[in-house]
Amino acid sequence: MLNCLWIVIALPLAGFALLALAGSRMPGRLCALVGAGTVGISAALALAMGVSFAVSPPEGRQFTQTLWSWMSVPPFSPEVSLRLDPLSLVSVCVILVVAFLIMLYSSEFMSGDEGYSRFFSYMDLFVAAMLVLVLANDLVFLYLGWEGVGLCSFLLIGFWYKVPKNVVAARKAFLVTRVGDAALLAGIFLVVNKLGTLSIPEVLSRAAVSWPANSGAANAAAALFAVGAAAKSAQIPLHVWLPDAMAGPSPVSALIHAATMVTAGVYLVARLHPLFTLSPQVLFGVAIVGAVTLLAAGLAALAQRDIKRILAYSTMSQIGYMFLALGVGAFSAAEFHFVVHAFFKSLLFLGAGAVIRGLNQEHDIFKMGGLRRAMPGTFWTFAIGVCSLCALPLVTAGFYSKDLILSSALAAHQGGIWLWLAGVIGAFITTLYAFRMLFAVFFGEVRTQVSKGSGRNMTLALVVLSLFSVIAGFCQMPSGLGGVSLFADFLAPTLPQVREGVGRLQGSLSLVAAIVPLVGIMVAWTMYLHRPRFLQGYARLPALAAVHGFAKQGFGFDALYDYCFVKPVVYLSRVNRRDVSIAYVGAISRVAEALHYLLSMTQTGRVRWYAAGVGIGAVVLIGIGVLL
Amino acid sequence: MNILFYVAAAIAIVSSIAAITRSHAIHAILFLVVSFVSISLVFYTLGAPFIAALEVITYAGAIMVLFMFAIMLLNLGAHAVQRERQWQPRIVWAGSGLLSLILLAQLAWTFSFGKAQTGSLPVAPSQVGAALFGTYLLGVELASMLLLAGLAGAYYLGKRSGEPEHPKGGADGNGPA
Amino acid sequence: MATVPLSHALLLSAALFAIGLAGVITRRNMILVLLSAEIMLNAAGLAFVAAGSRWLAPDGQIMFLFILTTAAVEVSIGLALVLRQNHLAKSLDIDAAGSMKG
Repeated sequence: MLNCLWIVIALPLAGFALLALAGSRMPGRLCALVGAGTVGISAALALAMGVSFAVSPPEGRQFTQTLWSWMSVPPFSPEVSLRLDPLSLVSVCVILVVAFLIMLYSSEFMSGDEGYSRFFSYMDLFVAAMLVLVLANDLVFLYLGWEGVGLCSFLLIGFWYKVPKNVVAARKAFLVTRVGDAALLAGIFLVVNKLGTLSIPEVLSRAAVSWPANSGAANAAAALFAVGAAAKSAQIPLHVWLPDAMAGPSPVSALIHAATMVTAGVYLVARLHPLFTLSPQVLFGVAIVGAVTLLAAGLAALAQRDIKRILAYSTMSQIGYMFLALGVGAFSAAEFHFVVHAFFKSLLFLGAGAVIRGLNQEHDIFKMGGLRRAMPGTFWTFAIGVCSLCALPLVTAGFYSKDLILSSALAAHQGGIWLWLAGVIGAFITTLYAFRMLFAVFFGEVRTQVSKGSGRNMTLALVVLSLFSVIAGFCQMPSGLGGVSLFADFLAPTLPQVREGVGRLQGSLSLVAAIVPLVGIMVAWTMYLHRPRFLQGYARLPALAAVHGFAKQGFGFDALYDYCFVKPVVYLSRVNRRDVSIAYVGAISRVAEALHYLLSMTQTGRVRWYAAGVGIGAVVLIGIGVLL
Repeated sequence: MNILFYVAAAIAIVSSIAAITRSHAIHAILFLVVSFVSISLVFYTLGAPFIAALEVITYAGAIMVLFMFAIMLLNLGAHAVQRERQWQPRIVWAGSGLLSLILLAQLAWTFSFGKAQTGSLPVAPSQVGAALFGTYLLGVELASMLLLAGLAGAYYLGKRSGEPEHPKGGADGNGPA
Repeated sequence: MATVPLSHALLLSAALFAIGLAGVITRRNMILVLLSAEIMLNAAGLAFVAAGSRWLAPDGQIMFLFILTTAAVEVSIGLALVLRQNHLAKSLDIDAAGSMKG
């Protein structure tokens, strides 16, 4: 059963090849069938493998399949090999299930689009690349997947390439993530140079032996990998690409920019966690970055009007939680939040997509309203997603994953209480912006009429995802509430167990964290639904308006980067328009040209001169022969 | 017979010089015929009677006759000699003569090291024929192809050159190219 | 049979070649240019025959035969071209053929 592992990747890749080659000549239904079908079969296969893995785990609870060796120059011999262990198994299952549901949704959502087959081929390629990234047992192979998902992200953000704004957004995403890719590559170089291997288990075991904790090499490698992870996962300060990436179609945002690709950074850190534990400073830095991001992105989300930008900032904020968990060493908590987040955030994006489609491409939440009655199915599923996002106690999956993160933050050695406080404030902000969005879109007076309802496939995907958003939490419960820890136990051989703080203080603080979302809902209800005038009065104050505008612009990072990087580069390229550095190449061509003119002057057309030339040549050649 | 070689060589050189310097084309050709006949004698003294015969038949005979025909076809008048003189002032010989002398000096210096003698026995025509149609058969075939190409080329070029296929007198301005 | 030194025969061939070269470079009449080229070809053939005589081998004579063939073809094509050029340019001046320069 486990030997079929390669098929899981090969199927979407085959779907991509088929659609890329023949997609334009296939009818739309067949395109959707090939696109979603290959992913669906892969998903079924992955689930079956998951069951077989859980029932009869292979030796050492891991399974490695070496397909072939890319090149062999000992000691450098990167292999194309796949590794299935609980961590990658969970990720693969989640990715494939979510991807299948999103493609099911897309088959209806994208219908009538002229790039229908192109969309499915890109999506298939993305799924294949993401699986390569997750299953890779070798850093080079992992990097292939890493760049592959980056490429697909670029292609799909710029999917509607006829609008210049979308292309600019795609380019921005590509370039900003490239900063992280360069750091990741440098990290891989460092590792292969110092440790002489690329195989991930080998790297980790050798690093643990040859690098003492807090040594320079360990810190450098961990820092480089962390920068790569931060760029891919849109963490401050490399987050600027994600809000603009919403230019792509909604299913793309759901799959790539919420559920899977942006969490690749989290996966990378979890996959290489023994390396990171060698460097507590970098790990603490990761936690700080996560905490800052979750607060800043939450505040920025509070100021947005575009529904997809709200969700984009929300994604950054939630990944901030995952980074926080990674930073405090709770790797399985991060992975758990990744799973739960994949379900509820893709649900929210798909719901937003249904709303936007229903309202004729309207993105502004304050031009929507009262959709509760017009789109009941979307409303209820969206509301479940929002509740899960806000971590509504006991009934939602988000509660259990966030609670795990907060309680493990509290148990951290360093600055635990501050990180916990950041998380709790973040949860409050999350509730505010999430319910602001929910109230603005589905409550209040009706402002725009719905022109297009959602059909069977879209509703099915929403319902299934909302179901997962609720039940996915029940496999991991805190010790106060039954103490189920199926998830952490399953991951235990790969990721260390989460240290939970136990004690009276921790218990009461957990209670506080559980109550915060409820308070947030009350505040949101008061501010946005019950007495909106109250807020409008304050909004007129110049200082608050300035803060609001600043937050709406994403705290000026775009302007800063524009000023620091884009403008100087543009200026330099303008100054250096004639390209000084290749002037000597031009000199070569000019000398050749001069010689050419000199030589062409001998082309007189006078036969006798040619004969004389032959004679002189003979004299010179024989002269050389005689003299030497 | 050595003396025969040196006499023939002297005649060949003198008549060749005369051939390239004459203003009258027919005179030049006649001097060249003398030169070829004396070279034929040189071949004979070098033990190549077959080649000597060919030199007389083909070079002094066929090729020179071809030149003669060409000159007669061109129908050069009395003013041709005048024009030749005008074309060839003595001074232009200086440069080419110098170049040729340098080349000759170089070659002479190169050849002067050899002490070898030419053969004391003639190479019989039968030997030449056996080698020609044995070892060099492929070369003979190639030579025949070359001759065929020359025949076709000369026929094409010699065809009423420069005149259009249709009768002359097109008023449309599309004259002969 | 004559037994002259090989170098003397080669010297004769070199002298004829140099004379031919001078003619090719100097003459403007196209027919005489061809004539001078014949002298050069003949000189090359002489060198072959002399060398063949040195080794008592027929190969030198066979090379002369090939040179002869080449010369015959060259003359027939060359003279046809001369006639054609004379028809077009009304002149045998080889410098006038420079007007064909591309």
